[in-house]
Amino acid sequence: MNAGAGRPAEGGVAAAAQAMRAFTRRRIFWPLATLVLLLLFNLISNPHFFSITIRDGHLYGSLVDILNRAAPLMIISMGLTLVIATHGIDVSVGAVVAISAAVAATLIGGQLVISGGMQDVSRYPLPLVILAALAVAALCGMWNGLLVSYVGMQPIIATLILMVTGRGVAQLITSGQIITIYYSPFYFVGNGWVLGLPFSFFLVGAVLAAVLVLARRTALGLFIEAVGVNPVASRFAGVRARSITFWVYALCGFCAGIAGLIVSSNVKSADGNNAGLLFELDAILAVVLGGTSLAGGRFSVVGSLVGALVIQALTTTIYAAGVPPEVTLVVKALVVFAVSILQSDRVRNRLGALVGNEEVAR
Amino acid sequence: MADGALPILEMKGISKRFPGVQALSGVDLRLFAGEVHAIMGQNGAGKSTLIKVLTGVHPADTGHILLEGAEIRPTSPLDAQRLGISTVYQEVNLCTNLSVAENIFIGREGSHGFAIRWKEMRRKAAEQLAELNLHIDVTAPLSSYSIAVQQMVAIARSLSAKARILILDEPTSSLAEEEVRLLFSVIRRLKSHGMGILFITHFIDQTFEIADRITVLRNGERVGEFPTAALSRITLVTKMVGREIAEAGARRTQAAAAPGAAAQEAAPFLRAEGLGKKGSVHGVDLEVRPGEALGLGGLLGSGRTETARLLFGIDRPDEGALHVAGVETDLSRPLDAIQRGIGFCPEDRKLEGIVGELSLRENIILALQSKLGIFRNLSRRRQQEISDEYIAKLGIVVPDAEMPVAKLSGGNQQKALLARWMATDPRMLILDEPTRGIDVAAKAEIMGQVLDLCDRGMAVLFISSEMEEVLRYSDRVAVMRDRRKVAEMASGDADEHTVFQIIAGGQA
Repeated sequence: MNAGAGRPAEGGVAAAAQAMRAFTRRRIFWPLATLVLLLLFNLISNPHFFSITIRDGHLYGSLVDILNRAAPLMIISMGLTLVIATHGIDVSVGAVVAISAAVAATLIGGQLVISGGMQDVSRYPLPLVILAALAVAALCGMWNGLLVSYVGMQPIIATLILMVTGRGVAQLITSGQIITIYYSPFYFVGNGWVLGLPFSFFLVGAVLAAVLVLARRTALGLFIEAVGVNPVASRFAGVRARSITFWVYALCGFCAGIAGLIVSSNVKSADGNNAGLLFELDAILAVVLGGTSLAGGRFSVVGSLVGALVIQALTTTIYAAGVPPEVTLVVKALVVFAVSILQSDRVRNRLGALVGNEEVAR
Repeated sequence: MADGALPILEMKGISKRFPGVQALSGVDLRLFAGEVHAIMGQNGAGKSTLIKVLTGVHPADTGHILLEGAEIRPTSPLDAQRLGISTVYQEVNLCTNLSVAENIFIGREGSHGFAIRWKEMRRKAAEQLAELNLHIDVTAPLSSYSIAVQQMVAIARSLSAKARILILDEPTSSLAEEEVRLLFSVIRRLKSHGMGILFITHFIDQTFEIADRITVLRNGERVGEFPTAALSRITLVTKMVGREIAEAGARRTQAAAAPGAAAQEAAPFLRAEGLGKKGSVHGVDLEVRPGEALGLGGLLGSGRTETARLLFGIDRPDEGALHVAGVETDLSRPLDAIQRGIGFCPEDRKLEGIVGELSLRENIILALQSKLGIFRNLSRRRQQEISDEYIAKLGIVVPDAEMPVAKLSGGNQQKALLARWMATDPRMLILDEPTRGIDVAAKAEIMGQVLDLCDRGMAVLFISSEMEEVLRYSDRVAVMRDRRKVAEMASGDADEHTVFQIIAGGQA
């Protein structure tokens, strides 16, 4: 009995080891491992880190907090992943966040109406406000797409234009003011709860589902990767490289628009100068941490989500671990550096050689 | 190259294993000063691995390398260069946006201290090029010169490092005949200066023209070393392939006289009338019928590729008219051409053909998926079925269809491109230099498949610099010169000599 049982168990172990090795080769492994390590570190330094409590039917805890705070970044990273997969880049997403926030806040209007207590007053109905903000954001994306695909500008230059002017546009929309939003139904976007979970979870989930369906259930993913690797050959094979590039930028703008709504709802205001500031850099980092190369081609939307979570978890960890504020940026940089290094094939081959694995054939 | 003399370079018993493949087993090679030594073999025979061992890209598992009798172990191409072994690769790996002079001295300006002495650099560059009989403006960017000139610059660059051995890895694969002649005159000059030259090529004619001795490799083993004079073409090919091969082809001129005649009756599938584009070609009249192969000959730059680009919707003509299947058509993008049943294997396989990082499967189904559109997604299973079918049909050698296509050999990449178009069930194929840089066996397989489809009613436009191939594979031949079509004739009525006369500007 014992002898008989031993064999399958050994086989099982071998199969598990095999599966584990296959898993470590996958793109998603390193960002996921980093995330797990970060969370473990927190668990050791704070045993209550994983605990989740229920208050007023809502879930509270550090994990929920990380997910909630990472929502805008996660949504932007998903849009940006597709852009980067076409061998492009969009550095204007932060500015588009500000524009989207400005449009929403302006359409709601910044008046505080008090007549028999605070009144919820909006100049336009909320659905219209949201639609308008998203439409303007998508238009921003289309502008980028137009410059890149039809005018033939280099992506970083094309989107740099909007990155710089976008904040000016946002201030034009709000007439240079920081508009405070007093209309409480709008707060739901960034602070609402559904089924005990923050509403932003559902926004992230919806965007993820939409992007995954677009990228993997249609041929769009294949075309995006083909364009990213070799635009000329793709065009010669019948791929409509220009129009795909155009729509990918539009989608990226749209995602930044959603993030803008969450951000403005979170802070209950729209600040053209500071809303979404430096989001583009965090988003690029999230995409790269997630295993999508800036050289274009193969991409992983889920990887970018994990990348965004790593960035947020890192920030939370640094605060929770009581790292002095003056060294937080250095700590963040070190972790990012370590993860990036581990993702380089060359370094991994060297490490593999040290461990004694056979060199990966080139 | 007296046989009593000591070879300048000797490789003895070189073996190299990659995971899953024995790339080289016990290969010997001798190179004497003042000789041109060709290494011949099919794709995958081990030519490039041997060169990579010699230039320090890969270390050998076993074996020795002796340079003038002393053992060397180059650890990198730079190291090999310091030892006097210089390499010029197939793809010119220079910086085309820098000037000629900068390219010759790149990475070496520092030897004068921090500042670059521009004047001296330019003077030296001009001197070195003059030694190769090349007199050009060295301050102009490299990209403003033809590939042949770029190759000369690459050679000049390697020579300025005081090389004793020069390795030319497929230097002629993108050159027109006249440019090859120029390159060969340079090679002869270097040879007369006592340099040992290793020449790797697929072109059998060129080997016989330039090489003194030939080492033949097959499946990672050395078949033998032969003086060129003692080998006939057919024995060389037999040694490369390892089996007797019938002279590939001879298909159109004799065997297909009947279908060719029938095709004359049919209405043309594609008809161009005075098609042209500013800065491209002018007044091109062409007709291709179903079941007919039309050859398009002419020198590089005579407008063959430009014509193909107009017919496939890559460039838009600004004069003339194009009829596809009897309907006047305006193709504004390649997809328009694909939807009308046209496929195009471009000249530059790497830049315009394959999508390197994607898998063989994805490369094969790409055009079909484009034809279907974004929303009619082929299921993964269907994609696998299609790619497996064509991998088997065309004999693509690959462990599995998920391999990135960039890792396949040139012949297999070309087959993958052909598979891409065959999957779309085309009514016409345009092939631009489909046999360039691939081995004899793959060439025969590819052209066999194409001509088979042609016999079953597909129209073919076959573009090649090798007139002998054009004549062999086509029913009719159109000849281009100076961006115009200058003649057209039945293949049976022409031989290489008459065509070359037309190309050279004689009477049609």
